[in-house]
Amino acid sequence: MINDITFGQFIDTNSKIHKLDPRTKLLLLIVFIVFIFVSNNFLSLGLTVVLVVAAMLLSKIPVKMYLRNIRSILPIIIITSLLNMFYSGGGKVLVDWWIFTITSAGISRSVFMTLRIVLLILISAVLSYTTSPTALTGAIESLLKPLKWIGLGNAVHTMAMVMTIALRFIPTLIEETQKIMNAQKARGADMETGGIIKRVKALLPILIPLLISSIRRAYELAEAMECRCYNGGTGRTKYKLMRYSHRDVVAAVVSTVVFAGVIVLNIYSGAIYSLIF
Amino acid sequence: MFIDVDNITFEYESDDGTTSVIKDLTVGFDEGQFIAVLGHNGSGKSTFAKLLNGMLKPNGGKITVNGMDTSDEELFIDIKRTIGMVFQNPDNQLVATVVEEDVAFGLENLGVPHKEMVERVDKALKAVGMSEFKTSAPHKLSGGQKQRVAIAGIIAMEPKCIVFDEPTAMLDPKGRKEVMDVIQRLCREKGITVILITHYMNEAALADRVLVMNKGKIVLDGTPGKVFSEVETLKAAGLDVPQPCDLAFKLREAGIDLKTDVLSVDDLVEAVTVVLQEEI
Repeated sequence: MINDITFGQFIDTNSKIHKLDPRTKLLLLIVFIVFIFVSNNFLSLGLTVVLVVAAMLLSKIPVKMYLRNIRSILPIIIITSLLNMFYSGGGKVLVDWWIFTITSAGISRSVFMTLRIVLLILISAVLSYTTSPTALTGAIESLLKPLKWIGLGNAVHTMAMVMTIALRFIPTLIEETQKIMNAQKARGADMETGGIIKRVKALLPILIPLLISSIRRAYELAEAMECRCYNGGTGRTKYKLMRYSHRDVVAAVVSTVVFAGVIVLNIYSGAIYSLIF
Repeated sequence: MFIDVDNITFEYESDDGTTSVIKDLTVGFDEGQFIAVLGHNGSGKSTFAKLLNGMLKPNGGKITVNGMDTSDEELFIDIKRTIGMVFQNPDNQLVATVVEEDVAFGLENLGVPHKEMVERVDKALKAVGMSEFKTSAPHKLSGGQKQRVAIAGIIAMEPKCIVFDEPTAMLDPKGRKEVMDVIQRLCREKGITVILITHYMNEAALADRVLVMNKGKIVLDGTPGKVFSEVETLKAAGLDVPQPCDLAFKLREAGIDLKTDVLSVDDLVEAVTVVLQEEI
């Protein structure tokens, strides 16, 4: 079980999206989120949908995996859509029963909000499925580099280092937890029965040894890092170089064009609606 | 002398007063040698290792490495570049989530240009036979493989000397053999000075020179053959004598005239054969 741990949700299918520079992907994620919130009608949101679906298909990750993401937040989606349905007024009244009133505007608004949430989830999933956490850490460090001009250079490096070490030690600590749990079980500890308080109490004999051993590990790691001349972020070079390629340019251009489309559709949606209907 | 340890003392303060770990220790090491430091738990051998590359500073006396005083804060980086260190627990020395990036860690710290870094990482991984695992995650490797990656991380920095602090203590027999093979090759083929801290006699037997420590002092110093024939001193230092050495010692005590530098079963067989032939 322990050997199957994958960090985050990264699945390597070596697609076009995988090959994009992680910085591009991170920036485009932010741009896409802006798209989603800027779109104020179904036409412009529809354009965003096309782009998100295109990204999903290009990533070569099975659609099933994306659906799994949506399933996990289904309760939130349902609650939001219900609230929107009952609490937005206006439009034609469709159902009026007891305290519930459903209007056409309410339904339209509810569908719109649901679509927004689903898109947010999907586009974030595209990033986490196609980018390894190591690459993401590197991207964050690289993108935050300008902060060194206001004297935060070392803070950025430290943060990236902390993230890297955390990622490195997650599987190690999971393995360790498993060992401690087995050791405590062998001594007769009961972790599976009883009420919530009893179970939380049963966790203590696991957490304390884990904490102590983590501190010991941290101390040893610090020593080993010192022996390898670690001296903070100053004067360091990087092994993993990140280079923008033509793919990144294509992705940026496509996104910009779509973004322009979204804005145009936002402004002229009324005119277009009246043309069609 | 490449490493010169001049009359050092090391002690630390605790609630029960001052504990002395190393007492008036003087020793020197030549470049390119394979030196094993033997000692049981609490003999001060790990403290000695950390004193060598300046991780700890002696309370008295002086250690010079290639002419550099280890107590000099200014030389911190230079000393660590000259003497690399590999620790017992392979998990607690690996920093990055990918093998190649971990090997590059020391080089990144030293500010080595990217092109040179790539070459040195490849070379170091090849030297420990881990090239095929270049892009693996450390947690998917075995103990011996992790330890070899840790060694590669040190070799990449091209130190003149590597101190191994019980590098095989947490490994299975297979991993132990892998790591010992690498250590020997480093010394014999690359000319790196190796100081191996261990409590395994069979590992120490591979060295050019063996030091035995007990209660913060060096009690024996010489070739493995010479040191292992001092069975009584070894036992007093709390060490298990290798079985062939022990048997040879007992035979000599019983009045049989065996040669003294018996290290392995083969040596013993040869020595016994010689004696038997003389009797016939």
